[in-house]
Amino acid sequence: MSNAVTRGHRVARSSRLWDISQVGLPIGALIIMLAIIFLIRPAAFSYFGFTLLFKLATPLVFASLSQMLIIMLGDIDLSNGSFVGLINCVTALYLQSSPAVAILIYLATIAAYAAFGLLIYWRGLPSIIVTLGTSFIWLGTAVILLPSPGGSAPEWLSGFMSWRPPLIPLPICIAILSAAVGHLVISRSSYGPVLLGAGANPRAIERAGWSLMGIRLAVYAAAGLLACLAGLTLTGLTTSGDPNIAPSYTLLGVGAAILGGGSFTGGLVSPIGTVAGALTLALAGSLLSFLQIPSTWQIGSQGVILFLVLAGRVLVSERTS
Amino acid sequence: MNIARVRLLIAPWTYGFIAAFAMWIATAAYSGLANAGAMLSGALAFGAFSVVIGTGQMLVIASGPGNIDLSVPSVLTLAAYVSMTVMHEQSGLVLPGLLVALGVGAAAGALNFLAIAALRLPPIIATLAWSFVFQSAAFNLGGEATLKPPEALSWFTIQRVAGVQIMPVAVMVMTLVAMILLRRSVFGRHLLATGQNERAANLAGVEVGRVRLQAYVLCGTLAALTGFLLTGFTGGAALNMGDTYLMESIAVVVLGGTSVAGGQANAVGIWGAALFFNLMATMLNTFHLEAGVRLLLTGVLIILIVSIVPRERTS
Repeated sequence: MSNAVTRGHRVARSSRLWDISQVGLPIGALIIMLAIIFLIRPAAFSYFGFTLLFKLATPLVFASLSQMLIIMLGDIDLSNGSFVGLINCVTALYLQSSPAVAILIYLATIAAYAAFGLLIYWRGLPSIIVTLGTSFIWLGTAVILLPSPGGSAPEWLSGFMSWRPPLIPLPICIAILSAAVGHLVISRSSYGPVLLGAGANPRAIERAGWSLMGIRLAVYAAAGLLACLAGLTLTGLTTSGDPNIAPSYTLLGVGAAILGGGSFTGGLVSPIGTVAGALTLALAGSLLSFLQIPSTWQIGSQGVILFLVLAGRVLVSERTS
Repeated sequence: MNIARVRLLIAPWTYGFIAAFAMWIATAAYSGLANAGAMLSGALAFGAFSVVIGTGQMLVIASGPGNIDLSVPSVLTLAAYVSMTVMHEQSGLVLPGLLVALGVGAAAGALNFLAIAALRLPPIIATLAWSFVFQSAAFNLGGEATLKPPEALSWFTIQRVAGVQIMPVAVMVMTLVAMILLRRSVFGRHLLATGQNERAANLAGVEVGRVRLQAYVLCGTLAALTGFLLTGFTGGAALNMGDTYLMESIAVVVLGGTSVAGGQANAVGIWGAALFFNLMATMLNTFHLEAGVRLLLTGVLIILIVSIVPRERTS
């Protein structure tokens, strides 16, 4: 009896340790990359330097968290980037002139996003192929609305994105805030285990009296909302609309969620890790230009960075298991 | 009830062919019967490339849940650049060029598997990271310039004998070989066993790692072959030549009746799905629709087809 208790205790503790090591990895990578940048250019270690380095990270943080929610359910979303592009176009076209129309379109797209999530569950379809289809739908709608790049962001939005809060730069503020909210909901609240369970062991959750359909609908809607926030913040940064602005967000978001300790088997994700993963990927580009890597090798070096960080994950998991 | 029975009689992989046929009829009805033949031979030629790259992707997807190769477009581009550099537009060097291209593909596949096995990465991430590296390599090799293929290669990809195109027929033979390989060969049985249940296959004496390595190497080789042939067909290697094949290679496999969960594969179905994709593009083009509407309809059709196809419960 006491044996079982101590064993349970040990399992709990080692899984806690595992959690910390998984989240610590992207954070560690982030710190190392920052250290290299500050060594090369000490002037970057300032409020202004941080703002510049992480300027483009905010939309990627939201897109990665959106992707993380889908991965939590054991699915994958290949349409994330084109969804962000659609929101970008809608924002640049309507939010300034007729905010009511813009908000109505946001709600409709989020509802459509959740409906496709429901279709995947209802018909037992592979999410990889359905979201490939929806990526064409979002992109097509965006091109119909805005055939060539244009439009303009409302001033309050671009104003907010260039706002400088005291002490902590805005991109860092948003990253910390969204990581904290995600952590509270998924890793701390009483709903957390239910959400994770819906991905890891759906049958158990259903037997416990939860409606899988309801959970999946809510999670997909939340993911749509986060992708919407990604589109809004992106428009605030670029100040114009372009249907093809964010296709890379799809795979970068998947990368961030996996870097942050997520797994494709579902039910295993970490919001803090995902945010750190997104910041790492956003910083990788800046690091490479600070290291003066020739532009022809920059994409390749990003692949190498991905390998280096993930190789750390193997070392860590070998030590704890 | 009756409809359900009829639907069960039609195998899932035939849906691609049926949809492709419907698109062909619709387009022919719109633009006149005179174009129907040209349309079909165009779809067969373009479809052949999707089939070659899709067959490789199928082997990887069938080797188990989560296995996928996102590096195919960059392997395709890299192999095209390397072989064009080797051949230098000389028809006599086509064979060495082909061998070099296949070598590049096989090496890329082995590297993909190495990253998955040694670093224990999810295949989607490992192959994505390698694809960045391959992309950079192709960029350094060729820059922005388009490298031209030797004449003999272009001849093979466009030539017809007695009105029949050589290349699509050659690819059909490849599909047949893949089918026999899956059904009858030791490799094929081991591959499907590994995909169905890795642990059980391992206990039954299948060397799971080696089977997966072979799947990834074959996938890389076929992607390289696609790149090699594509340069002959389109008149040169270009940096963005592989872009459309990232999603298409996966889509033709899944619409062709192969399960994403692994352990089950269908080589013939890839042809149906590839024809469907190419005829759909032709149809939407002949209807003179706006670019946006075309994209929207593409998405709707993909989702429609995949939701109609009855699915065997895999658990």
